Amino acid sequence: MNVLTGNLKAIDRREALRYLGCSRSVEDMSGVEGVIDGCEREVLAVQNLKAVYSLYDISRGDGLNLGFAKTDSRDLEKYLSGCNKIALFAATAGAGIDRLIAKYNRISPARAAVTQALGAALVEEWCNTVHAQLTAQYGAITARFSCGYGDLPLTLQRDIFAALDVTKKIGVTLSDDCFMTPTKSVTAIVGIKA
Amino acid sequence: MTFRQKLKNSIVVLDGAMGTMLQDRGLPLGTLPEEWNLTRPDIIEDIHRQYLEAGADVIYANTFGANPLKFGDRTEEVVAAGISCAKRAASAFKDRFVALDIGSLGKMLKPLGDLGFEDAVNIFKRTICAGVRAGADLVALETMNDIYELKAAIVAAKEVCSLPIIATLVFGADGKTMTGTSPEAAVTTLEGLRVDALGINCSLAPAQMVGIVRRMYEISSLPIVAKPNAGLPGEVDGKTVYSLGADDFARDMAMLSNAGARVVGGCCGTTPQYIAKLRGSLDVSTPPPVWNKKRTVVSSYTHEVVFGGAPVLIGERINPTGKKKLKEALRSGDINYILNEAVQQEERGAHILDVNVGLPEIDETQVLARCICEIQAVTDLPLQIDTSSPAAMERAMRLYNGKPLVNSVSGKQEVMDAVFPLVKKYGGAVIALTLDENGIPATAKGRVEIAKKIVKEAAKYGIKKCDLIFDTLAMAVSADSNAALNAIEALDYIRHTMGCNTSLGVSNISFGLPNRDFINSTFFAMALARGLSAAIINPNSHEMIKTYKSYLALFGYDQGCLGYIGYASSVTSSVEERAVQHSVGEEGLKGAIVKGLKVQAAECARELLKTEAPLDVINGHIIPALDEVGQKFENKTLFLPQLLMSAEAASAAFEVIKSRFSGAANAKKLKVVVATVKGDIHDIGKNIVKTLLENYGFTVYDLGRDVPPQAVVDAVIRTGAGVCGLSALMTTTVQSMADTIKLLREQCPSVKVVAGGAVMNAEYAAAIGADIYCRDAMATVRYCEEQEKLLS
Repeated sequence: MNVLTGNLKAIDRREALRYLGCSRSVEDMSGVEGVIDGCEREVLAVQNLKAVYSLYDISRGDGLNLGFAKTDSRDLEKYLSGCNKIALFAATAGAGIDRLIAKYNRISPARAAVTQALGAALVEEWCNTVHAQLTAQYGAITARFSCGYGDLPLTLQRDIFAALDVTKKIGVTLSDDCFMTPTKSVTAIVGIKA
Repeated sequence: MTFRQKLKNSIVVLDGAMGTMLQDRGLPLGTLPEEWNLTRPDIIEDIHRQYLEAGADVIYANTFGANPLKFGDRTEEVVAAGISCAKRAASAFKDRFVALDIGSLGKMLKPLGDLGFEDAVNIFKRTICAGVRAGADLVALETMNDIYELKAAIVAAKEVCSLPIIATLVFGADGKTMTGTSPEAAVTTLEGLRVDALGINCSLAPAQMVGIVRRMYEISSLPIVAKPNAGLPGEVDGKTVYSLGADDFARDMAMLSNAGARVVGGCCGTTPQYIAKLRGSLDVSTPPPVWNKKRTVVSSYTHEVVFGGAPVLIGERINPTGKKKLKEALRSGDINYILNEAVQQEERGAHILDVNVGLPEIDETQVLARCICEIQAVTDLPLQIDTSSPAAMERAMRLYNGKPLVNSVSGKQEVMDAVFPLVKKYGGAVIALTLDENGIPATAKGRVEIAKKIVKEAAKYGIKKCDLIFDTLAMAVSADSNAALNAIEALDYIRHTMGCNTSLGVSNISFGLPNRDFINSTFFAMALARGLSAAIINPNSHEMIKTYKSYLALFGYDQGCLGYIGYASSVTSSVEERAVQHSVGEEGLKGAIVKGLKVQAAECARELLKTEAPLDVINGHIIPALDEVGQKFENKTLFLPQLLMSAEAASAAFEVIKSRFSGAANAKKLKVVVATVKGDIHDIGKNIVKTLLENYGFTVYDLGRDVPPQAVVDAVIRTGAGVCGLSALMTTTVQSMADTIKLLREQCPSVKVVAGGAVMNAEYAAAIGADIYCRDAMATVRYCEEQEKLLS
């Protein structure tokens, strides 16, 4: 098991704007850019990037054995064809962003929406960093696959949390409905060829 | 020897990791470690014995995750078996102690997560009761990421037993917990809750903990605990290994001991070998001394505020006395008004916010509790809980995240009997008014006598003098020309001779006089010079802030006058301000709303109201602006944040208009209930819908998130709403939306149901019986406008 921490200097603005539904047809960005800049400064100031990952051997036959749990997911099985190992990771951008969102949800819907999008873009970028580390360390070959994609059930989150000891290692918690808090958190599987 | 005696006399050595040991002994992945208390007690007992042989004074029973969320009705059995294993092992040794080990529940508390504070307390209680019955010697609360969850666990422990408590949090290398708590805030809150020892465990290597332990030791009056990992985790051949060996670990632990750690052990990756080396390297007979640091301090969940240095400003704006708008907000449950007051005072430089919601016609206990929780969600300033109702005070102190300032106690026996037990249980610094059954003494001497009486009575509860802040009562100088002098004489004595901190509600002094700020700020300056530690003031008053900033510069609290220079250059003269306002007026209200300029929109509305009727301002300026923005949004020539900024600007204009408008500002008849359905805690979308609907003049009842079906039905019936908007973001809560709609159809069939949210679409919405699916907030507005037409 490995733990990573990080700190990013900027957030991918295009990604955040995409989450906010900004299309080419938008005429005038003046005014809103100042709000986005301000929110970005706040989000970057409270970021607390952490990740935990580990390597598992996988096997097939009577479903897919992921090394930490079994699953019947056809989509994941297809996705991992040609792989005999996986790297499993959980990553979070921290609870500070949730606090900002909770705050703006009460006093400024515009800033709430912008902070939400920036937080999502930040955790995505952090996942890219973690993914790059997995590629460098293990030669990971696939993109990320998460619970809720295709037929991979959300309930697999419980096994992931137990396998990586996620709450203890990086402070992310899981609700009864398998939603993570801090909300700007991701778990994912990456395939590796021997 | 008891554990408390041991803690008092020497260094205490804790054990090392349990999880690491269990994996080595073959615990299969997916098996909860606590299961082995029942199925492999021999192994658990053997691991404990190894730690005892290595020299651990305290062993943590294998009960870290033994809570009802994981074990349900088997919790008691699993906990009892865990404690029994530890006790059997310890019985062969002398003066060793068994700790009931309790970790995080793995769920986040509100407002970040979905677990209620009282639910958490009750869950912890079950584990603790079982552990106490099984004979644990102490309770060890550890690996907590969130100090609020730790508080819930401590309250639970205090309510079911009197065992010693050692409480440790997880800190990151940045010196904060995941939820943003500094070491100072942690010490303040945990000392307030009267644990026996406090500190840090897990996540970091010993060397990384040194700075945090030192910061804790410098301010804490309790023993400090340090239980680091065996360095950082890494992987070798698929196995987790930690970076430090036993010798290196013991060497680095010496640094922690030097930094002030008195209770030491190991977390992840450590084994009996590490503990043996640690034991061998320590000189247990000379522990770091522990003494009363005599600090007057309160905290939020992030930081502390210390009294006795630079004077502390307590914002007085959240108090309905003499404030018509706030009274209305409290009666109507308009929490947003209160939250905006909180944020504004923070921006103006308040260090602590007073929260008083005392109105005869409201349920103070319930409203104060709600306000405390909601305000803590928008600001991380510490709060002053201001109420004369002991029930409201207890509820608020219990739910408060941190160590609160409590306002107030006095020399009245009845009040001391009610307030001091609460301070003892939940922690807090208390404002103590120097009055008693006979009223306010006319002389300074009389007030000092009462202060002495209060100190004595507090001591009976173990409440230290440093947790009392004396208010020597500023009374109207218009009624008694010695009022200011008496208050100041008394405060000078209390501060400099008795050595206690002081506070004043400054503005009372000018009651009944014109231009009150003149008197207030001069009195404030006088009191500061004589030893005032804190003042309850209006941070929006330029006179008061001017006085405060000047005082800091003049009394050596402002190195190089940098604070003063920053402040002075940020203040524009009143002549310049007027010019700015004028140029803003040129933009026009419509322009300001379309551009999403909040301050300007309010200013323009104020200007327009001088010449136009309120309804004309709404219909002639605001509604056309909103229509323009709405259309642009639908045409995708502007996007969501711009739509919302315009909505906020329109709201600001509405606020101004409302204050001039005696009748209802809402021209529309249709009422709308909105809610995020049961099981769903995502409410951004729902809030956007609410904001826009209000902009368009609809009366909106917002039930919040995670709302049970019956509560939605009850609200629709009670308000006579014509439309009910339901939001669900998660696939798992679509069923919950279906249940709500079914119940609505049964009990109030005439209401129209709008379904929205990320997982919804027209097909789903129809399938679960909604009247319409609205893809965004504008679509909901359009639908409600159609419904409105049907009404008229």
